[in-house]
Parts: sequence; C-alpha cells; structure tokens
Amino acid sequence: MHPAFSVIFLTTLIGVGQGLFLALVTGQTYAAVKIVPMQDPVTFFAWGSLVSLLFLAAGLLASFFHLGHPERAWRAASQWRTSWLSREVIVLPLMMAAAFAYGLLHYFGIDPVIWTSPEGTSLSLTLAVGLAGSVVAFALFVCTGMIYAAIRFLQEWATPLTVINYILLGGASGFTLAAAFAAWTAPELVRFFGGWAVIITVLAAGSRTASLVRNARLKPKSNLQTAIGVRHTRIVQKAQGAMGGSFNTREFFHGAPQAVFQAVKWTFLVLVFPVPLALLWAGMDGADRGLLAAAFAVQYVGLLAERWFFFAQANHPQNLYYQAA
Amino acid sequence: MSSSPSPAAESGGRIEVKNTTCYMCACRCGIRVTVRDGEVRYIQGNPDHPLNKGVICAKGASGIMKQYSPARLTRPLKRVEGAERGEARFEPISWDEAFAILEERLKKIRATDPKKFALFTGRDQMQALTGLFAKQFGTPNYAAHGGFCSVNMATGMIYTIGGSFWEFGGPDLDRARLFVMIGTAEDHHSNPLKIAISRFKRNGGRFISINPVRTGYSAIADEWVPIKPGTDGALLLAIVHELIAQGLYDRDFLVQYTNAAQLVNVTEGAEDAGLFVRADIPRDPDCFDPQDQVWWDRIQDKPVRTHTEGADPFLLGEFTLPDGTRAKPAFQLLKERVAQYTPEWAAEVTGIPAETIRRLAHEMGITARDEKIELPIAWTDVWGREHETVTGNPVAFHAMRGLAAHSNGFQTIRALAILMTLLGTIDRPGGFRHKAPFPRPIPPCAKTPRGPEGVKPDTPLGGMPLGWPAEPDDLFVDERGEPVRIDKAFSWEYPLAAHGLMHNVITNAWRGDPYRIDTLFIFMANMAWNSTMNTSEVRKMLNDKDENGEYKIPFLVVADAFESEMVAYADLVLPDTTYLERHDVMSMLDRPISEFDGPVDSVRIPVVPPKGECKPFQEVLIELASRLKLPAFVNDDGSRRFRDYPDFIVNYETEPGSGIGFLAGWRGKGGEKFMKGEPNPNQWEMYARNNCVFHYELPKSFQYMRNWNRGYLNWAQEHRLTRYAEPIICHIYSEVLQKFRMAAQGRWDGKQPPERLRRRVETYFDPLPFYYEPLEAQLSDKQRYPLCAVTQRPMAMYHSWDSQNAWLRQIHAHNHLYVHPSLGEKHGFADGDWVWVESMWGKVRCMCRFSEAVEPGTVWTWNAIGKAAGAWRLAPDANESQKGFLLNHLISEELPRCEDGEHLSNSDPITGQAGWYDVRVRVYKAGDDEPPVTSPQFDPMPAVPGTGKTPKWIAYVAGRFTRGKG
Amino acid sequence: MTQLALVIDLNVCVGCHACVTSCKEWNTSGPAGYMSDDNPYGKDPTGTFFNRVQTFEVGAFPMTETVHFPKSCLHCEDAPCVPVCPTGASHKRAEDGIVLVDYDKCIGCKYCSWACPYGARELDEHQKVMKKCTLCVDRIYDESLPESERKPACVLACPTNARLFGDIHDPESEVSVAIREEGGYQLMPEWGTRPANHYLPRRKTRMHIHEDELQRADNPLKKEERLPRGPVTEPTLDDSTSW
Ligand SMILES: Nc1nc2c(c(=O)[nH]1)N[C@H]1C(S)=C(S)[C@@H](COP(=O)(O)OP(=O)(O)OC[C@H]3O[C@@H](n4cnc5c(=O)[nH]c(N)nc54)[C@H](O)[C@@H]3O)O[C@H]1N2
Ligand SMILES: Nc1nc2c(c(=O)[nH]1)N[C@H]1C(S)=C(S)[C@@H](COP(=O)(O)OP(=O)(O)OC[C@H]3O[C@@H](n4cnc5c(=O)[nH]c(N)nc54)[C@H](O)[C@@H]3O)O[C@H]1N2
Ligand code: SF4
Ligand code: SF4
Ligand code: SF4
Ligand code: SF4
Ligand code: SF4
Ligand SMILES: [Mo]
Repeated sequence: MHPAFSVIFLTTLIGVGQGLFLALVTGQTYAAVKIVPMQDPVTFFAWGSLVSLLFLAAGLLASFFHLGHPERAWRAASQWRTSWLSREVIVLPLMMAAAFAYGLLHYFGIDPVIWTSPEGTSLSLTLAVGLAGSVVAFALFVCTGMIYAAIRFLQEWATPLTVINYILLGGASGFTLAAAFAAWTAPELVRFFGGWAVIITVLAAGSRTASLVRNARLKPKSNLQTAIGVRHTRIVQKAQGAMGGSFNTREFFHGAPQAVFQAVKWTFLVLVFPVPLALLWAGMDGADRGLLAAAFAVQYVGLLAERWFFFAQANHPQNLYYQAA
Repeated sequence: MSSSPSPAAESGGRIEVKNTTCYMCACRCGIRVTVRDGEVRYIQGNPDHPLNKGVICAKGASGIMKQYSPARLTRPLKRVEGAERGEARFEPISWDEAFAILEERLKKIRATDPKKFALFTGRDQMQALTGLFAKQFGTPNYAAHGGFCSVNMATGMIYTIGGSFWEFGGPDLDRARLFVMIGTAEDHHSNPLKIAISRFKRNGGRFISINPVRTGYSAIADEWVPIKPGTDGALLLAIVHELIAQGLYDRDFLVQYTNAAQLVNVTEGAEDAGLFVRADIPRDPDCFDPQDQVWWDRIQDKPVRTHTEGADPFLLGEFTLPDGTRAKPAFQLLKERVAQYTPEWAAEVTGIPAETIRRLAHEMGITARDEKIELPIAWTDVWGREHETVTGNPVAFHAMRGLAAHSNGFQTIRALAILMTLLGTIDRPGGFRHKAPFPRPIPPCAKTPRGPEGVKPDTPLGGMPLGWPAEPDDLFVDERGEPVRIDKAFSWEYPLAAHGLMHNVITNAWRGDPYRIDTLFIFMANMAWNSTMNTSEVRKMLNDKDENGEYKIPFLVVADAFESEMVAYADLVLPDTTYLERHDVMSMLDRPISEFDGPVDSVRIPVVPPKGECKPFQEVLIELASRLKLPAFVNDDGSRRFRDYPDFIVNYETEPGSGIGFLAGWRGKGGEKFMKGEPNPNQWEMYARNNCVFHYELPKSFQYMRNWNRGYLNWAQEHRLTRYAEPIICHIYSEVLQKFRMAAQGRWDGKQPPERLRRRVETYFDPLPFYYEPLEAQLSDKQRYPLCAVTQRPMAMYHSWDSQNAWLRQIHAHNHLYVHPSLGEKHGFADGDWVWVESMWGKVRCMCRFSEAVEPGTVWTWNAIGKAAGAWRLAPDANESQKGFLLNHLISEELPRCEDGEHLSNSDPITGQAGWYDVRVRVYKAGDDEPPVTSPQFDPMPAVPGTGKTPKWIAYVAGRFTRGKG
Repeated sequence: MTQLALVIDLNVCVGCHACVTSCKEWNTSGPAGYMSDDNPYGKDPTGTFFNRVQTFEVGAFPMTETVHFPKSCLHCEDAPCVPVCPTGASHKRAEDGIVLVDYDKCIGCKYCSWACPYGARELDEHQKVMKKCTLCVDRIYDESLPESERKPACVLACPTNARLFGDIHDPESEVSVAIREEGGYQLMPEWGTRPANHYLPRRKTRMHIHEDELQRADNPLKKEERLPRGPVTEPTLDDSTSW
C-alpha cells in the first residue's frame, strides 16, 4: 500500500493521545487505591488531558487531509453497523469528548465522590469519567486496528496482531509521553509512568516482532493464476492498460526502492523499541527531563516509520493486476 | 451517482444526433454522433451501418479528444521570414493570402513545366479528387500512401487474381472452416475483421496465424506459427510444393478458372519462349484477353483452344505441338519451380519445422477438399455453362504488410495468391471474396502516359498519374528508358509501381534526381516523421539549401489538421478540418467500402462547424483548381464550375454526360438510378437519410465466381464498373511479368531497360513465384546485424495522429523494443533496460521489454508512438519523446550502393513497395552513464499560432461547464 | 432476484481497448460528472477509467499465449467494498445487484478501494470521489433508447462481442448459458466475494488428419497420367500381313 502521510499521522497521533489518556487515568486509579500519590488536578490531570486532546485533535485534523470531501465527513458516521471506519469516526470524537470532560472536571475541580465501596475505596466523578474514557480509548484502538485488520485481502493486516499492535504501540507512546510529562508536572510519578512505558514498549516490541515474523512467512492467497483465471505456471503481465499510471498504481504501491523499504524497517525497529527503552531507563530517576522528552520524541519518530512500514509492507492482491506498464 | 439517474438529468442542453462516417482510422465505420449544445457528447457505432454494424473501436470512441485537441491547427500559417524550416516559427495569414501565394506559384509552374509541382498525400480517402487535381494540373508527380503502405499486396494479388486483400476483397469468414492470417497485426481491416474473426471462432472455425509476433488478432488464434521475417515466400512455396505432391489442389478449378492448363512455349531459343501458345484465331482489338490460349486435351490427346466444349486438359506433362513447338502447361512449370522448395528446405529458411509446414499444407488441402460448401445458387459462367450451385472450399486467408513490406513481397504475395488459387478459393464461399469494383481485368486498364510527351504546359496529363502497366511499353519512361516521375515509379527500377513511391520523393527532389522540382505539396502525411524512412536525414534534406542559399526543395506546402512534425517544415500550412466538420466521399472511383455482396459507397456529413479558420481540404483544392482554371473545374468560359465540394460531388461527371460521378447512389434526376445516371441535386440528402451509405446488393447469382460469372460481368460492364465482360483468368503463370523479363533479355520489340538494370529486371520479373532474400538483407552484414526489426500498429493508436488524443495516449504513452529474453541473456541486459538498437544506417536508444511472444531472431515495437519533442502540442518532456522512439531512424529509403545502381530505393524491385521490414539490427545495452532518454532527440517544437492551450488537467463534459483547468 | 453482470469472453477478446474508451466517453459527460485526466498533454498522462484492458503472456516461446484481459468492477454478490464504506455511498442495489457509489455522499476516504481485491475502483483526482463501473445504469434502463441499445456502452462498442451483458440469476439468460456451457469462471474465487462478472476461457479448435485422407482414389494427380496409347512407330499386329 502507499503510505499516506495523513493516515500515518492520524493513527500515530491519536495513538499517543489515547495512550496518554490511559496513562493519566491509570495514574489516577493507582492514586485512588493509594499506590501512588495523588497529583494536582490542574497541572497534572487538566493539562495532561489537554495534551492528550491536542494529540487527538491533531490526529483528527490529519485525517481530514485523507478525505476527498472533508466537508462531508459527518456522513461517515452513518454505517456503524458494518464499517469499522464509521465506528472510528464515531468513537474518535467520543474519545475527544472524554478527554475534554476529564480535563474539564479536573480543571474546575468538580469531583464529587459518586460511589464508595464497603472497604472505603471511593470512586470520584473524574475517575468514573476517566474509566469510561479508557473504555472509549480501547474501543478506539480496536476500531483503528480493525479498520486494517478487517480487510481480509490484506493478509499482512488481517490478524489480531494488528489490533494488539495498535493498542500496545499507542499505549507505549502515550505512557512514554506521560513519563516525560510527569517529569515536569509530577516528578514522583516518573518512575511509575516510566516503568509502565518500559513494560508496554517491551510488550509492543514482542507483538510487533511477532507480526513481522508472521508477515515474512505469509503465503499470498492470490496469485496471477487466480487473478486472471489461467492455470499456467508462467504468466507475465506485459501491459496494464495505462502507461502513465493510474489510481491503482498510486494508491497501492509504496514505490520506494527495496533498500529504503528495509532501511525504514530497521529504523523503526531501533527507534521505537531499544532507543526509547534506553532513554527511559536512563531518565527513570527524573533527574534529566530531556532524556524522557527525547525518549518520547524518538519513539514517536520511530512510530512514523513504523506506520509507513505497516502500510508499505501490505501487499494488496490488486497489485497482481498492476505489475508492468 | 444517485441510484438511477433519469436521462432527463442529461438534458442540460440541446441534444442532436447525427450520422456520419468515422475517420479515426481508414476503416470508415458508420458513426452516430450525439451533440449537446454544439459540443460532441458521444460517438457510437451506427447499428445500421453495413461495415461495423454498431460496434466501434478504441480510436473511434475517442473522437472527442481529437475534435478538441489543443494540437489542432486553426489558421493558415506562413513561415516567418528568416526562420529555418523545422523551427516551426510561423505567422498567421489569411486564406486570401494563402490562396494568392499558391495561385501565383502554381500558375507559373503549370505554364512552364507542370511536373515541377508534386502533390503527395498520406492516409487520405479522397485520392479520386487529389488524383483528378494532379491530372488536370498536368503533373505526373502525384501519389498517395500506397507505395510505402501495401502496394505489393495490391499488385501481387491483382496481377494474379484480379483483386486483392486490403479494401478490395477479403476472407469470407462467415463460411470458412480454416482461416490462415499471415503478417497482419491487429487492426487491419479493423472492426469488420474483428467482428468476423469472433463469429468465425464461435462457429468453431480453426484460426492459424503466421507472424513473428503474437499480439492482437494472433492472440486468439488456435495456433501461432512464428516465422522469421521476410521468409513467407519460402513457406508458401513449400506449402504449394506439398499440395502438388499430395494432389491436394482443386483440379477442376485450376482447369476452368486459371491459366494452369494453358500451354507455355518452352522451345529453347524460340522467339515466343515463355509466352503462352496462341491459337490462330482472329483477335478482337477491343478485348483485353482474347482467350486464344491452348490446352492439351487428355481425351483427344491433342491441342485445343481453352474451354473447348468437352475438353479436359492436362495440367502436367510436356507436349510437342504440330509445328514442333515444345510446350508445357503452366501448372507443370509451377510444379518444376517448386520442386526445389521442399518443406525441409523451407524449415531452414523460415524457422518453422518441416512437419509443421507439411501439416499446414495438409490442413489447408484437406479442409478445402473435404469440407466443400454447396449453395443452392444457380449461375452461368462466361462460357455459357449453367451451374446449379455455387460451391466453395472453405479455407480463407488474410494477409497484409507482414508480406507486403518486404522487398520480396510481390513474389511472396503472388505465391499466396497462387496458393489460394490452387485451393480453389477465389471468389467462392468460405474463401476469398471480391468487393466492387473488383475483380478487375489483369492488369486493370488505367495507364499512365508512356513518355515525357504526356506532360505539357497548361495541359492535363496525357494519362493517369498512376496506372497498371501490362507490358514494357506501358512504362512511363523517356527515350533512354529513364523515369519521368520524380519518384521514378513506372520506370525500369520499379516497373509496376502502381501506387508510386512516396517514400523517395523528398530524397529524389533534394538530390535533383531525376530533376529538381519547385513545389512539394503534402497532404495528410507526416513525411518528417513516421511515414518517411531515414527520418533524421530526410529532416535535414527538407531544410537543405544549395550554393545560392536556396532551399533544394524550394517551396513546401503542408495541409494538415494538427501540429505534426511535418508542419514544422512547411513554408505554408493549410489547416484542414476534422472528419466531424466536413463532407467527404468514400467513392467507387477510389476505395469504396463495398461488401462481398455488392458495391457500397459512403459519405461524411459535418456534425459540427469547422473550428477557427479551418477549411476542408477539398474546398481548398476546388478553389485552387478554379483559380488555376483546370479544365474539369471551370466552365467553357473559364468561370468557376463548382460552388463548393458538395456541389462538385453532385455535379461532376468523369466525362460530360458519362453519368459516372464520385457517388454511385441515388443518381438520376430523382435519385432513381445508381452507379450511372445524371446528377441528382438531392443526392446528399438521400445519403444523409440512409446512414450516409449507399449499398447495392447484387442478385445472389452475381455474388460469387465474379471473375467468370457472365451475369455479374455483364452487369458490371453495363454499370460501368469495368470496361470488359471477359473472364478474368487467374494467372498462375504471369505472362505480364514474362514480357518484362523478355525486354530485359533483349527479346522484346518495344521498350528495353537501361543496361544497368537488365540483370535486375530479368531476375525479379519471374513469371512464376520464387523466393529470394529481401534486397537489404542480401546487402547486409548479417554477422554484425543478425536480428530482424519490424513494427506493428497497435489497435488503440493510428499512426502518428493519435498522440494528441488525451485518452489514447494514456494507453500508449511510449513504446518499448520487444525482444526475446534469450537476447538479453546473451548481451547482458535485463527487462526494462535502456538499450541501443543499431542498423547499418544508424542507431536508436530505447527501452527494451522481454517477451515470449516473439520469434527469437526478431525484435519489434509499436509503430509511430515515438514523437519529436514538442510536436502534437505535447509537453517537451512527454513520454512520447522521452521514452518513446521511432524505428524509422534505422530504416533507409535507399539500398546500399550495389551493382544495380547507386540510389535504388529500399523497395521491392517490381512494385517499389517500401521494404520497411527488411532492416537488420543488433541490440546492446546502453551505458550506465547514458541518460535514460530516447536518442536521437530533436529541439522541441514550439506551439504554432492558432493551436490551443494544454491544461494541466481536463474534465470533459460536453456542452455543460468548462473543460480544461490550468 | 436479479444480478446484472458482464461476461467477458477471453476466447475472442483481441484487446482492442474499445470498451475502455467507449466507457470513458459515455461516462465522462454523463449525469454524474466528468472523469478527469491529469497531464493530458504532458508527462505521465493519467486519468480516471472504469475499465482497463491488460495484457499477459502465458507460457514460453513458442508455446506462448497472449491473453488480453479487460477488467472493470465485477459487481460482486458479496461485495466487500460495500460494508466498509463509512458513509453508505457504496451500495449494492437490491433490485439488480449493481454496486454503485453515490457521488454526493462519498467523502473520498478510499477505504472501499482497499477492500476491493480486484483494483476495480478509482478515485477521481479532481472530483475527489470514488468511481467505478456503474454497469451503465444510466443507459440500461433508459426507455428513451431503443431496446437493443439499453446495454452498457462497452458492450455495444465491443467489436468482437466479447462482452455479454445480462442477469446471471436467470438461468435462461445469454450470460448464464455462456457461463454454464463455456466454462465461465470468477476471478480470485479464494476470497468468496462471488463476483457477478464472469470470464470465459480460451478454447482451441484443432484439426486431426487421418493418414488415408492423403491417399485417396480421387487424387487429381491420377488424371495427369497419359491415357495408355502406344507410339505409332512401334510394331503392332496391324503390321502383320500373314492373314
Ligand atoms: N517504421 C514504420 N514506419 C511506417 C510504417 C511501418 O509499418 N513501420 N507504416 C507505413 C504506412 S503503411 C503508412 S500508411 C504510413 C502512414 O503515415 P502517414 O500517412 O504519415 O500517417 P499519420 O502519421 O497518421 O498521419 C499523417 C498526417 O495526417 C494528419 N491528419 C490527421 N487527420 C487529418 C485530417 O483530417 N486532415 C488533414 N489534412 N490531415 C490530417 C496528421 O496530423 C498527420 O500529420 O506510415 C508508414 N510508416
Ligand atoms: N489501429 C490502427 N489500425 C491501422 C493502422 C494504424 O496505424 N493503427 N494503420 C492502417 C494502415 S495504413 C495499414 S497499412 C494497416 C496495416 O495493417 P497490418 O498489415 O496488420 O500492419 P502492421 O502493423 O504493419 O503489421 C504487420 C504485421 O506483420 C508482421 N510481420 C512483419 N514481418 C513479417 C513477415 O515477414 N512475415 C509475417 N508473416 N509477418 C510479418 C508483424 O509482426 C505485424 O504483426 O493497418 C491499418 N490499420
Ligand atoms: S475502425 Fe475505429 S477508428 Fe477506424 S473507422 Fe472504424 S471506428 Fe473509426
Ligand atoms: S472491446 Fe471487446 S475485444 Fe476489445 S478489449 Fe474490450 S472486450 Fe476485448
Ligand atoms: S469488484 Fe471490487 S468494487 Fe466491484 S463489487 Fe467487487 S469488491 Fe466491490
Ligand atoms: S471513498 Fe467513498 S465510497 Fe469509498 S468508502 Fe469512502 S465514502 Fe465510501
Ligand atoms: S458497463 Fe458501463 S461503466 Fe461499466 S465498464 Fe462498461 S461502459 Fe464502463
Ligand atoms: Mo498503410
């Protein structure tokens, strides 16, 4: 597939936004059960939500560049029964709304306890909103992942690993950002978020590697024989009927040389996993905020590469029909 | 799109639907054009048209993009003072000025030496008019594209069976069981052949294609027989060999309808040796074939006049006539001739296994013999014998330029026509069928003047500019036997050059050989690019000056519709209309669209007005002819006779009162006559009402065996299709050719060739077909240049003129050189690499593509996709000029100097047909440091005044909102 | 239920591209708007087409087959491009099975094109909506056209009649008969999309020659033998006078 920058930014940016939101809510949850200290609702939660929201909004903005008719984007909500894209279109604003509400409640300190357990653990309004938002965040990850995983022709994508990767990579980048954010706003949580970031990044490394391994072993289900219905071992396309190219050659081929393709793979494998892990490790004590900021920046750049590769690696069966001009 | 938009949604404008005839190629299908608010909305095939029956091809369906092409010329142009030819720097002038320039110049030429005016035309369909203009002007220097196209096909067959493939006849695939297609790419006879092949296949017919390349029609053949280019003669003669050896020929047909049984004088040293033995009977002077030849009757064992009642002649043997003359039937001579051409021998030459050749012969012979067709149609032959039925042997052939475009093509095509004759498939169901006005006498009657005295100041030419020599004395040569025409057609160099040699005109005129001319007028031919051989050099010749700084070709006029490469070289450019803007006539005097069942002619009627100042070229000619007072175009008092072209078409008669004009339909005062009849003032309306077509279906009993069908021949004579109603006997043995050979041998009383050409004429004018290697190959270093290079036309592109078409050029933006992968392995290049392809004449850099569908000793490319930068209003970096290439740079218009002469055309020595497919090449990888662009490159041609804008994108919606955004 | 479709006969398709340009021509000025072309006179010209003809070579010399292969939207019965569309612009009509895009609803997200394994959809680069073969819905029901012309533009154009049009659910239709009798097949059956368009394979006609067909009593060569007739000069019984 041709990696469209709009989609690369959309998926990576909202991944960060969702991940950060999840990190904030995780922090609050742990605080609610008193494992970690509670943070300032404004400097940490409200501003944190705002950052999350900004990422989500930036993602949304990027998505508009993908559309031929962004002014009709509202129509996209109609097919939630069948279309994961439609579902994403519904869930993304919900996610933003959740982040917005979460931040707003924290900002204005509207946080009544709405339920208290017999053991005395209490559930505040913000936490309830946060937990609900977390469900939305996961739903959004699932929607995003399923947009790709649901296309069964794209065998590289048609696997649960795709959804898992979206969750873990988004989560890793969000928690890494949370660690960096905490370095400024809640230094005592740096280790907490950093630790989670390390764990999720390691898990993501595992699942992403698993998908690479899987994809390397994939046997394409379609071939020229089934594509044109001629049973012969030697079939070669001589013309595709459009020498100057067509939508089919622009949309479904990454067009990069093999060397670039491989380089991008190694780039993301290095930038998304070992480098941020090392930086997180080094910055875990919170002494050098720059390390954590760098960890996030490097990982995000790595994710851009990862997403490029994710698209580029997907080999669409339609390409069988577009082998030679 | 909302669910089901009603057609009412379309009615955003005023809709009109009009019928006319397509001209996106020369096939002439009927089209229906929907015009919305004056713009062309939709062009579809006309379901009521006999030729295409509603279908249309890729080109035809892209007519809109031709009509609205930015490359269209819209104003007369004059080369800017001081600009060089080729730079394409022009200033617009008025038509008045253009006519004034032409009138002055041509008047002077006509009054002094009319042959200094040369008019040559390309793929035009109005040779009857352009030819008439030339004749009336008095110049012999006129021809159309036939000489570089397929004159071998026309002559090879017409001199053998009195008709030809091409527009004049074709395979009857409705009834054939076996169809053998030889050297035809994918679009000749475009839609009709496609319709027919498909139906043929669906009816279970067997389709064999003989071609070095498998694309297009060959793709759907049941069997592909890859052959080495230029060797079909060997294959066909070996098939003839096998057919005779097995007795798989139609004996009755040969006896009755061909000269196979006629006795040829073979007496050593006799004056008439090589001619038919003639019975001593009085000759009718008004008769082209007096039927006085002799058979040797088996029953009485003695010579008898042919077609003697009850006689059954020998086809084989040798006989001594009472006067001691030794004689053999023509068929015996053919058998002796092909004795050497065994399948094993041919396998070596053609690359086709001997078993395959034998099998092909057997398939043909057995199908012809055992699947006989019998139609319950009674008819009478010229000898008065009544036949209850029409029978046919269902083996059909079609062949085109794969045979024609070789310098051995004439003899190869003779071999094919003879093969078809042996199988008994001439104008019979399931075989070859003629189309009116064919069959014609062998050879047809039209003749050129016989010498320079035919060309006189202010006088029409003393004969036709083009004709069909029947004997040496018909040649158009001076007292030294040297050519009168600028292209040397009908001289001893190319005696049967029935269509002229357009491909040598520029070179000859430039060299002044045989003489210098003044004005070269080119209509509808891209002679600075794809229809010229040796393109780079010819472009220089067009721009070359003599010691005095004068152009060697002093004045060059180009009538074109688009900014072609040729336009760049013009001194004066005349913008023509498109086919949707003008009247046109596909006339019985020219190449009508006749069907097997009878004559058909057709017209174009404008559907939109001319763009800008475009003027139909016909109007230009009539205006010029009137100004020059050419006799056929003015009244006795010298006043203009025809208001315009439509008026000319209605009122012109070949001779005053002849009743024969350009259109055959609805003649007579009220349109009640056809073929012959007084002018009908409402003729155009009648065509308009009838799908632009006149179709006369012959009575069934006149539809077959027309060479010998008394009813048909009398009908044809009565309706002035032919002068004679005599049988047209197929020439297995060609006495016509023999006469030229005798002249070369000094055994002819009349004209004889100059010394230097005697050997050449004697060799090639063999009365029996024979195989020789194409001339260029004979003179090539085949070690160094081992490969044959040929071109094919793609279905979706017409020569050079479709590259301005925004839709078609997406299908063919550039071309590759197709090579067999083994070539790449041998020379170290890969699929898609840039390579050099080099002949002894030059080299071209291009991209190669590997293909398993090509004979390994052959390389090929699509014809005329490559363009000169900037031409056709394409951007200078357009694919056509940067990746596309033209093979013509490698093909010479002249042979290497050889013992027969210094400047002989690279053409068939009999007909002057251009030997496009004779070139030998080698292919090697281009250097890695070389730029990835085609070589040679030319300075980009600028836009000339009056052409359109070339937007970055277009969104065509007829009659609605703007098209083309910048 | 009706399922309209094209059946394409590869046995007679010569790859002429008539279906390509006639489709473009019909649809570009149609009610749904244009089919744009970029760089129409420049480098790498490219535009929107609903139908393309491709060429494949099968086998190795000299046993090569050249296959011309036209391809447009196959109007899949289980069209994967439809459910993924977030706007409902892509839809399959219940009444005739035609898969269409409503250009007024389409947001140009391209998702449907990803969900088509056949590469049959093309985004118009200027109208910015997804386009594809409509089976010429604006022709086939147009009662102002004569019945014989209520067919897709490409079908009417095709010089070899390689494109058959009809209802594949009607067992008596021309298309169903062709599929049944000529071995019609679907593209990429492995995806279960059940394309409505079918293809008919190449079929070969061969000739078998029997040895005895070459040695027959009616061989015309036999007629060339001189009738038995002794030379006049040699002795005969006539010369004898002893009687
Ligand atoms: N290498 C190679 N070269 C070949 C051949 C080959 O097989 N191989 N084939 C040869 C053959 S057979 C032929 S017939 C020639 C054809 O070659 P040409 O006769 O040169 O044909 P085109 O290039 O199509 O067009 C000639 C000109 O007609 C113009 N034209 C188009 N429509 C109109 C119109 O309506 N009015 C006017 N006035 N002009 C118009 C075009 O703009 C163009 O400049 O090419 C020959 N060249
Ligand atoms: N679409 C389209 N249609 C056209 C034209 C066009 O430009 N475009 N041009 C028209 C004109 S002017 C003409 S003259 C006709 C020409 O129609 P064709 O005669 O079909 O034309 P070519 O394209 O020259 O194809 C020649 C074929 O002969 C094969 N060949 C070459 N050498 C040999 C050989 O020695 N033996 C055999 N057996 N085969 C050989 C080539 O591989 C090729 O397939 O087409 C007409 N129709
Ligand atoms: S074959 Fe095509 S281009 Fe030629 S006349 Fe017919 S429709 Fe027009
Ligand atoms: S129009 Fe017919 S023959 Fe031509 S490419 Fe299309 S399907 Fe094939
Ligand atoms: S061919 Fe593609 S676009 Fe057409 S219905 Fe099937 S999946 Fe959808
Ligand atoms: S591009 Fe249009 S039709 Fe396709 S999925 Fe998106 S909205 Fe639907
Ligand atoms: S059915 Fe209509 S829209 Fe579809 S390919 Fe044919 S012409 Fe084009
Ligand atoms: Mo030609």
